[in-house]
Amino acid sequence: MNNFQYSRANDVADVIRLLAADPGAKLIAGGTNLIDLMKENVERPSRLIDISRLPLRNVEETPDQGLRIGALVPNSDLAYHPLIEQRYPLLASAILAGASAQLRNMASVGGNLMQRTRCAYFYDTTTPCNKREPGSGCSAIDGLNRNHAILGASNSCIATNPSDMSVALAALGALVHIAGPTGERTIALTDFHRIPGDKPHVDTNLSTGEIITAIGLPPRGFARNYSYLKIRDRLSYAFALVSVAAALELEGNAISEARLALGGVAHKPWRRLEAEAALRGQAATPDHFGRAADLLLEGAVAGSHNGFKLELARRAVVRTLMQAASGTPQSQAHKKIA
Amino acid sequence: MNGYVGTPTSRVDGRAKVTGAAKYAGEFAADGLLHGFIVDATVPRGRITRLDTSDALKVKGVVDVLTHTHRVALADKDEAWKDEVAPEKGSPFRPLYDDRVKFNGQPIALVIAEDWETAKFAATRVRVEYEQEAFATDLETERGTSAKVDQPHKPRGDAAAALAGAAVRHEADYVLPTEHHNPMELYATTAVWDGSGSLTVYDKTQGVQNVHKYLCGVFDMKPEDIRVVSPYVGGAFGSGLRPQHQVVLATLAALALKRSVRVVLTRQQMYGLGYRPMTIERVALGAKSDGTLDAVTHEAIAVTSRYEDFSRNDTGWAEQLYKSPNSRLSHKLVHLDVATPCDMRAPGAATGVCALECAMDELAVALKLDPIELRLKCYSDRDQSEDLPFSSKQLRECYARGAEAFGWARRNPAPRAMRDGKDLVGWGMATGVWEALQMPVAVRIVLTANGHAEVSCAASDIGTGTYTIMAQVAADALGLPIGNIDVKLADSTLPQAPVEGGSWMAASSAHAVLGAAEDIRQELARLAKAIPDSPLGGLNASEMVLVDGTISKAGDKSRAVAIADAMRHGKLERIEKQKLNQFAEDKSHARNTHSAVFAEVKVDEELGVIRVTRVVSAVAAGRILNTKTGRSQIMGSVVWGIGMALHEETVMDHRFGRIMNANIGEYHIPVNADIHDIDVIFVDEPDDRINKLGVKGLGEIGIVGVPAAIANAVYHATGKRVRHFPITLDKLLG
Amino acid sequence: MADTTIPERIPINLVVNGERRALEVVPWTTLLDALRDRLELTGTKKGCDHGQCGACTVLVDGRRVNSCLTLAVMKDGAEITTIEGLARDGTLHPLQQAFIDHDAFQCGYCTPGQICSAAGLLAEGRARDADEIRELMSGNLCRCGAYPNIVAAIEQAMSRS
Repeated sequence: MNNFQYSRANDVADVIRLLAADPGAKLIAGGTNLIDLMKENVERPSRLIDISRLPLRNVEETPDQGLRIGALVPNSDLAYHPLIEQRYPLLASAILAGASAQLRNMASVGGNLMQRTRCAYFYDTTTPCNKREPGSGCSAIDGLNRNHAILGASNSCIATNPSDMSVALAALGALVHIAGPTGERTIALTDFHRIPGDKPHVDTNLSTGEIITAIGLPPRGFARNYSYLKIRDRLSYAFALVSVAAALELEGNAISEARLALGGVAHKPWRRLEAEAALRGQAATPDHFGRAADLLLEGAVAGSHNGFKLELARRAVVRTLMQAASGTPQSQAHKKIA
Repeated sequence: MNGYVGTPTSRVDGRAKVTGAAKYAGEFAADGLLHGFIVDATVPRGRITRLDTSDALKVKGVVDVLTHTHRVALADKDEAWKDEVAPEKGSPFRPLYDDRVKFNGQPIALVIAEDWETAKFAATRVRVEYEQEAFATDLETERGTSAKVDQPHKPRGDAAAALAGAAVRHEADYVLPTEHHNPMELYATTAVWDGSGSLTVYDKTQGVQNVHKYLCGVFDMKPEDIRVVSPYVGGAFGSGLRPQHQVVLATLAALALKRSVRVVLTRQQMYGLGYRPMTIERVALGAKSDGTLDAVTHEAIAVTSRYEDFSRNDTGWAEQLYKSPNSRLSHKLVHLDVATPCDMRAPGAATGVCALECAMDELAVALKLDPIELRLKCYSDRDQSEDLPFSSKQLRECYARGAEAFGWARRNPAPRAMRDGKDLVGWGMATGVWEALQMPVAVRIVLTANGHAEVSCAASDIGTGTYTIMAQVAADALGLPIGNIDVKLADSTLPQAPVEGGSWMAASSAHAVLGAAEDIRQELARLAKAIPDSPLGGLNASEMVLVDGTISKAGDKSRAVAIADAMRHGKLERIEKQKLNQFAEDKSHARNTHSAVFAEVKVDEELGVIRVTRVVSAVAAGRILNTKTGRSQIMGSVVWGIGMALHEETVMDHRFGRIMNANIGEYHIPVNADIHDIDVIFVDEPDDRINKLGVKGLGEIGIVGVPAAIANAVYHATGKRVRHFPITLDKLLG
Repeated sequence: MADTTIPERIPINLVVNGERRALEVVPWTTLLDALRDRLELTGTKKGCDHGQCGACTVLVDGRRVNSCLTLAVMKDGAEITTIEGLARDGTLHPLQQAFIDHDAFQCGYCTPGQICSAAGLLAEGRARDADEIRELMSGNLCRCGAYPNIVAAIEQAMSRS
């Protein structure tokens, strides 16, 4: 690790003050990704601002029947929270598909949104990487890109976002509450992460000096018809090749509302409203699900080693929607795919 | 005999391991201990033109930075660097020796500081410049540069002609990727400086005496001035057979600074050590339509470094398994700008038998024969390479017992014919084979009058259970409770032992214990008979046994003398016997262990996700000294086989000549969720020819055949034959 | 010119296995390195230093975490339980005994992390069957491949607690 200063913040105002005073500072809560990257000298903050003791650990109901989740709620606490288990089981399932029990105990909700790509070139400081060193080039485009993006990538970066939780949050239409030097603001989770464009070093639309304070969940939880399916190279404790969050509301066999997001395929959780719109009013059949998958994957581009993701993602979307429609969500412990 | 041998005795080192008391190499304390952190090369080939340590030296807490231009003397002859398991041909790698870079990740400097974090930080401040040279690291593109290795296999008959004329032929390439051992413990050495020039070196190694001799040579030290100790080894699987970078560097630093120094490799740096080399295996089988073989050819093309020729027996295994009048076997090497490969669990066999057993499955399909039936038709009762009978070979029984336990008879032979909901179900099987090797080992037993015995030997226990089986054998041979036996291992000053590897240590160490215990028995017999009015008067020593803390007439416990009494009368507080056990040379028989492995996979038809739901491994490996630890060894090997089949692959970017998954998050080994039912069956295999106890060893046999059984099951499930391992789900899509 | 200065030490207190321990750490010191190098509690293992193997698992305020990704300075005041703190007065914790009974290890290096992780698992109360144990123990790699025995050991300890 590089030489850094350590400061402990007591409240949000404290954080904003400390961030303003040191542009090279980073926030640390669970640290599961940041410490890893600091050990690799990929992240070299001048200061760590310890926010782990901030009072942002509540899960509370909002007047509109939604939920407000404090940014510091540990991932495991959120997954096992009764309100999440009962009303937003898609979110619980996605969280439990990620990482390990230990890491979920440590990782905060806000930190989960901030986790950076697993691209091997990003991690290896001896190789070019535009995300790590803007302008140095992308080693993955002509290199080992089996795990890389097929959607929304650019000529400067084909990295993927590794979060499972974010995929479910995207499908659920979550909001990100942010505090900064100019006050508080709220943005949609789907607008929180960026596509790489020509600035792949910027992962999110969180501005300098800002902190995530909470995640907002709208009232609709899709607790009856949902599924999170994660496909990976071993049966647990591995990042997704492709993951799907699917949520439906059904009237009989007709779809009245649909939500669909993909993980492992883009720089952000991948959601397209056209795909969901195409499902509304349709019967819950494999054909309609296939059509939605095609819309969701429109514009997908294969690299030299990740072409399989196109077909895998299509099949996974159909399968996950089938699981959701039939009320047989994928178990994260029992590995047979429902 | 008390009868510990052959029972499921719990590990004698269990309590130390579950309480955290067991100390591994990087955990020994020393006054004023310094910590070294290695700087490694970031190019695969070239010359270091500048190595600027000035900034690193400015870091508070840094004591020194050692480099090839700033170090104590190192041996300049290859002989000194050749450890007991070094490849015959080549010039071993020498850390910090000169300005040459031979592989990416090569250690080129050692930063030494008062604490580890400071050393690691300062290592980032070492500035290195290289003159890079053209390099090659890709076996597949360099395949054409392969050179044949001399191997003992002699061609039999005319395989080419027999293949050409065979009624049914199968020929294919099977590609096995580079794999890394990834033991859980990081490679570590704590070199403790005693103040007067002597060193105690706590090292993670599979052979303390190998390291000892190597260090004496490399640093031109007297044997008595260096002691190598390694009481617990957190896994090694072959990676610790040769002395590794960290032991040279820690010793170098301790000698240079006259301080105690610890060097621990990072997980990433462990990818700069040895590995299972990527191998392209070309197997051709020709058979008559009845399923008997006419010809076997097997050619392996494997990676080695530019500086050493590492090769193992990939291709010879059909000679032990399958009767064929014609065979041709060859092994070729491609020299690349990489570190030298090394032994990794069942080296040669894990890869070569995988190819052979996949090919046999493909042949069975072509012949429309059950895979077991094909193997029985080709069953060889002789090792055809030397035309020798086997000391024992219960492989037929392995097939029978394994098939029975697995329920093989219920298999529908057609691919894609068995289902479980959305899963395609596949049942596959394969044969495993390994050598039953044994080596000279010496053991010292010190028996004290209180009925306790200390059994000591330089051998290592790398998790295999050596402590436990030696205690069992000693307890039985000395007639003492196992709790009275204290086993001391892995100290270079203890009686001679080779590296722990090749599955030879169980048989070798057990017989060494028997040898020393026999001398104890003789001594006790002499003492007991010398007692006035001894109840053993008139008996020969050969009529006496050690049992229940006494020496007594065999079969008649009423004529007994307590060990304590015998020793008291002889005015002895302790009896110390040391004996080197050498096995008589016997070239009249081939010695092998065998297995039949059965695997069930469930493959999601649409998504290609594979689950290995059941494995049955029926093993014939002579007498099993400890059925509990033995079962664990086979079970663990099956887990390895699952990893080899589905997960493991070291991935290199050949543009940079650099491993891109040098960690244990993206180099996938099986996790708990990947592993389901594993049924281990030990087939009774008496063998009074191989050695007194009939022991053959279990370390390797368990992995051999497993990847092929799984690959064959995947074919049976899906109708897709994946010949490029690992079988990841993308290879099943489409 | 590269920065060659290192951070200042910061005093912290930890309650380790019931005992109050005061120490000074540089902010970059992980809880794992603090335990192993400063407090000489080497039962907690370093297997990857990147949260990928679970060998460093300890309980912090009763929850299992990867100590390699935990900065010691952030745990000022926390209660830490390591493998050395599980046995009481020479009597093994039921998990420790079960690991011996079921031969749930070979080399022993992942074992302290497995046992601490299993202790966390039992406290969480989320694993009800073998599949759930497997999934919730998948953050602890065992290269010797003792997984089925680890599951059996945990089942034994679960049934007795």
